[in-house]
Amino acid sequence: MARASSPRRMILTTLAAWGVALLIFFPVLWMILTSFKTEASAVANPPELLSASWTLENYAEVWARSDYPRFFWNSVVISIGSTLLGLAVAIPAAWAMAFVPGKRTKDLLMWMLSTKMMPAVAVMIPIYLLFQRLGLFDTKTGLILALMLMNLPIITWMLYTYFKEIPGEILEAARMDGAGLRSEILYVLTPMALPGIASTLLLNVILAWNEAFWTITLTTTKAAPLSAFIASFSAPQGLFYAKLSAASTMAIAPILILGWFSQKQLVRGLTFGAVK
Amino acid sequence: MGQITLKSVRKSFGDVHVIPGVDLEIRDGEFVVFVGPSGCGKSTLLRLIAGLEDTTAGQILIDGKDATDLPPARRGLAMVFQSYALYPHMTVRKNIAFPLKMAGLSEAEQAKKVEAAAKVLNLTAYLDRRPGQLSGGQRQRVAIGRAIVREPAAFLFDEPLSNLDAALRVTMRQEISELHQALKTTMIYVTHDQVEAMTMADKIVVLNAGRIEQVGSPLDLYHFPDNLFVAGFIGSPKMNLIEGAEAARHNARTIGIRPEHIGVGSGPWEGTVQLSEHLGSDSFVKVQVDGIGVLNVRAGGEIGVHHGDRIRLNPEPDKIHRFDADGKAIR
Amino acid sequence: MSTHSTRLAARLMVAPSVILLFVWMIVPLAMTLYYSFRFYRLLTPDRTRWTSFDNYTWFLNSPDFWLAIFNTLALVGGVLVITVVLGTLIALLIDQPVKGQGVLRILVIAPFFVMPPVAASIWENLFMHPQNGLFAAFARGFGAQPILFLENYPMLSVIGIVSWEWLPFATLILLTALQSLSSEQLEAAEMDGAGAVSRFRHIILPHLTRAITVVILIQTIFLLGIFGEIFTTTQGGPGSASTTLPYMIFKQAIAAKDIGRAAAGGIIAVILANIVAYFLMRGIGKNLDA
Ligand SMILES: Nc1ncnc2c1ncn2[C@@H]1O[C@H](COP(=O)(O)OP(=O)(O)OP(=O)(O)O)[C@@H](O)[C@H]1O
Ligand SMILES: [Mg+2]
Repeated sequence: MARASSPRRMILTTLAAWGVALLIFFPVLWMILTSFKTEASAVANPPELLSASWTLENYAEVWARSDYPRFFWNSVVISIGSTLLGLAVAIPAAWAMAFVPGKRTKDLLMWMLSTKMMPAVAVMIPIYLLFQRLGLFDTKTGLILALMLMNLPIITWMLYTYFKEIPGEILEAARMDGAGLRSEILYVLTPMALPGIASTLLLNVILAWNEAFWTITLTTTKAAPLSAFIASFSAPQGLFYAKLSAASTMAIAPILILGWFSQKQLVRGLTFGAVK
Repeated sequence: MGQITLKSVRKSFGDVHVIPGVDLEIRDGEFVVFVGPSGCGKSTLLRLIAGLEDTTAGQILIDGKDATDLPPARRGLAMVFQSYALYPHMTVRKNIAFPLKMAGLSEAEQAKKVEAAAKVLNLTAYLDRRPGQLSGGQRQRVAIGRAIVREPAAFLFDEPLSNLDAALRVTMRQEISELHQALKTTMIYVTHDQVEAMTMADKIVVLNAGRIEQVGSPLDLYHFPDNLFVAGFIGSPKMNLIEGAEAARHNARTIGIRPEHIGVGSGPWEGTVQLSEHLGSDSFVKVQVDGIGVLNVRAGGEIGVHHGDRIRLNPEPDKIHRFDADGKAIR
Repeated sequence: MSTHSTRLAARLMVAPSVILLFVWMIVPLAMTLYYSFRFYRLLTPDRTRWTSFDNYTWFLNSPDFWLAIFNTLALVGGVLVITVVLGTLIALLIDQPVKGQGVLRILVIAPFFVMPPVAASIWENLFMHPQNGLFAAFARGFGAQPILFLENYPMLSVIGIVSWEWLPFATLILLTALQSLSSEQLEAAEMDGAGAVSRFRHIILPHLTRAITVVILIQTIFLLGIFGEIFTTTQGGPGSASTTLPYMIFKQAIAAKDIGRAAAGGIIAVILANIVAYFLMRGIGKNLDA
């Protein structure tokens, strides 16, 4: 609903909008700036917005002190793996709900979402024990499974809203053209819904990347992703602000970059497909 | 081959009995048109034949074999949808080739058939475009192309021309008729357009509230409507239906006379012109006839009557249709 | 467009996700229910036995319990109110014709990319820290005493941090919804003499209903389980001042190593979540149609 307005008003609103946006972004910016300062300059009083002595020291030290590549790789495998697995399970389900709706479809979707309301802590011990028993504890497979189940309701819901926009006649045409169910979904539905699927994928990769309960509870070292990496850094408190900032930056940078590059799909994904 | 038989086919959506029972025989190579008012179940019947809905009861035979429980993919029929239902992410070439790909034809065979179909339909220049880059008429032709490459037992059309403008509709109508003459494949065509029904059909099926009112050739229906519904539905402008004393004089509850079968000038009926529309080739005149009511009359283009004129009307005696109390024709 | 075979196919295709979710929900729930009636402490495993409702009685009578319930609801409610109100205002602002809208949007989304432990530690250490935090520096700059955020206002601090994390989400959804509002509608209202406030009240706000519904629904789902932010910052303290229900359960399980009590708390949390879910779905679920 962008509307024309006078140049003066435009300057004012531009200033205000930028002010607000920078305020929201500032904590992230401050963290990144701090990560390039020396420890002394990081806690200088009064605070230095721009340091006199920029340094990469902190990154070098964090890199040397911990096995960042392993945490990073675990995060990649777990977030992408769980999302792809989730899509594989959710695409057929969303197809069914969008194109063969029954009286119960809405209830089913709401039930799925409501399973997410169950606080993770409430079932932490059983899941922990089950994972131990099944040999899934501290494995990437286990985390992929857990995060897939965490995000499955959201993935299903998002796909459902995207699929509903596709006219059923096109799928019927495919059926008339001799396509079986598999071909119908593979050659017609999926390519047509690709933008929506991409948004779903992106958002859920981010949600999985940022998940910090199960990833910490269900791992020790082998399968621990970046959330565990950062948790291990914030534990020893003290005067290591610059290093903590460097480690934090390293933990969120991949997603920050991914998000900024795929802004368009992501913005759509971030609305969970629910608002046009 | 494309012989389709419906035996007591019924369809209900929950408690709504959309098709209470239909028997119909469609011969191989016939061009059959389903007409009827909106919501009467034309699309539903077509979709039952296609297999996109399943029947509540009854049987559908295709070429003598029971197809009632076959999925659409296995019935060997092709369908052209009102919205064209083209695959937006595929080029025209891929769209037309899709059924062939599904049938497992080799790339080379696919290409050959697509080229051939494109030539027939004048689509050769557009093969590498996406549906979004085509005009309505071109999209329609792609949809038809996708249907013909399969060499189906029968084509099903659901109001395929209703999204086109008037001029294009005439051309496409003729193209489909020519296609039928060339392929000689059974076609079932749903429309609510009188002209399409009359000009294209070998056989018209008139539906009303899910029931067949009459089946016959266009001229049969025009000349010998079985009942009041068909009489009123077929023909444009509509047949005049008269009740009361005038009908009783003909030993009927209702009589019907088409506007084009009433002469102007002399005759037994007299009335006042309420409205006259001059279309050039024709004039439609609405007349308040004394003792009978309002009649529509179709007269020559040069007739010069105006609002308020008194005129005499002459119904052609052998063109009067008579109906009994149940609305059935008396012959 | 459904036949017996498509309906059958549909059942088969929904089945895996329903079964998986059901198992994922019911097995741990059943185990939790089982433990909730057991006396089960990891420090004295040999004393494990049935205790009927003792765990529940302890939990419900614990002085922390009602505080934890209150804190949980305050967290959810507080974050919802802050994000919806601020989100609407910011969306209205960004929706104006401004220069560099694309970059603006990137800046505003950024907090969403920050994982909870990082968000919590940035705020705790770089901003709220009583010596080295930026807020403390500001306070000193004005000659005031630094505010002890996490000590004196632990719940408000947590609400603030979580609101920062979720503000981008709310803003973006509301912005997307705003952009689909036709300017003609607003211009028509302007012609009819509607002032800015009544335009907002009678045209913009109704248009945003669905978007606000989505924000509330999705955020509630995530907020009911908030844990990491509290764990990183206040550890539920000082005392129990910022202990929410999930955190209280966590303390029983990990600190006290009392599995039975933690399980009873888990069941109570599930019941609370269901109550909230029930009212949520009933109250606003219908806005989601169409
Ligand atoms: N899936 C369905 N569920 C319930 N009722 C339906 C369904 N599909 C169609 N109907 C009903 O069946 C009746 C016939 O519908 P149908 O689409 O066959 O009509 P039609 O003759 O094709 O009409 P039109 O000329 O408007 O296309 C209508 O009353 C319609 O409301
Ligand atoms: Mg129809």
